[in-house]
Amino acid sequence: MSRRARLVLFTAAAAALAVTLGAGLAGLPSFGGQITSYARILNELAPRQRHVTDVVSAITFDYRGIDTLFEEFILLGAVAGISVLLRPLSDETRQLPQDKAPDRTIPPPSPAVWLLAVLLSSLLVLTGLETITHGTLTPGGGFQGGVILASAIYVVFLGTNYATVERFQPAPLLEASDGVGASGYVFIGLLGLLAGASFLSNVVGLGVTGNPISGGTIPLLNLVVGVEVAGGFVILASEFLDQTAVIRTRRR
Amino acid sequence: MSEAVIAVALVWVAASGTAVVLTRDPLRQAFVAGFFGLGLAFLYLSLQAGDVALSQIVVGAIALPLIVLLSLAKVRKGRE
Repeated sequence: MSRRARLVLFTAAAAALAVTLGAGLAGLPSFGGQITSYARILNELAPRQRHVTDVVSAITFDYRGIDTLFEEFILLGAVAGISVLLRPLSDETRQLPQDKAPDRTIPPPSPAVWLLAVLLSSLLVLTGLETITHGTLTPGGGFQGGVILASAIYVVFLGTNYATVERFQPAPLLEASDGVGASGYVFIGLLGLLAGASFLSNVVGLGVTGNPISGGTIPLLNLVVGVEVAGGFVILASEFLDQTAVIRTRRR
Repeated sequence: MSEAVIAVALVWVAASGTAVVLTRDPLRQAFVAGFFGLGLAFLYLSLQAGDVALSQIVVGAIALPLIVLLSLAKVRKGRE
């Protein structure tokens, strides 16, 4: 294709994009403007129908629960893909780093760093569990809480070393938690079918609005998503960490 | 009052977003991108989207910098 033809094609395509994008943007509600009718209806209905105070949770895990199911499998697929991509290749080998000068004295991490890691990692675990379990009451939920839980492992690595982190992440347990979390979502969805309603129906007792355990299947789904996301993100970090610390090119 | 907060957040996002593009060194870019992510989280919070702000914080402050830094470490190790 000649330069001129490409330019003509680009101009036509860019003009078409500008027109459609402009028309679409012009149809948007004004910035910070009135609440849409869908949002108003859900704000009105969700606390009464589902006994939750965080309407966003009710939307992601109940009214639009099937979307979250697919998103969960996107994450599972991404983690599985990274595990496959970052495996030791045929010209690579797994080998823990060797100390070439074992006689030298290695300065231990300063007490401040160590103390900060201990404090931060325990605080992060607590915050992660709090975010997962209070998904129906306050902003947050399984996804956010899961990542916060996984980040506690990163802090342990920052404060100590690779060998210590390895003790906290047994691979079979991590892979199991990733898979159990993802399939748990499907099983909770099947509860709806067992009860004679449709898939992912909220068939568990709703409880009292404002209690930590309320909202039927919503806290259960938050829990399984939290398990899956925490496992997935720790696997992700350990795969990347292995690449820098353990996997090396084989000498020929 | 809330308009002022939103305006600050929007300017912050625009300025830090431009800074991310203009930073050429990937290592520094990871840090600048962290400030950009913080600005985005602040914008979502000022628009009263608490759930989205939390998701932005965990992805922008934990997941993204970690993967960028570990990838950079791997690339530099290969060069030695």
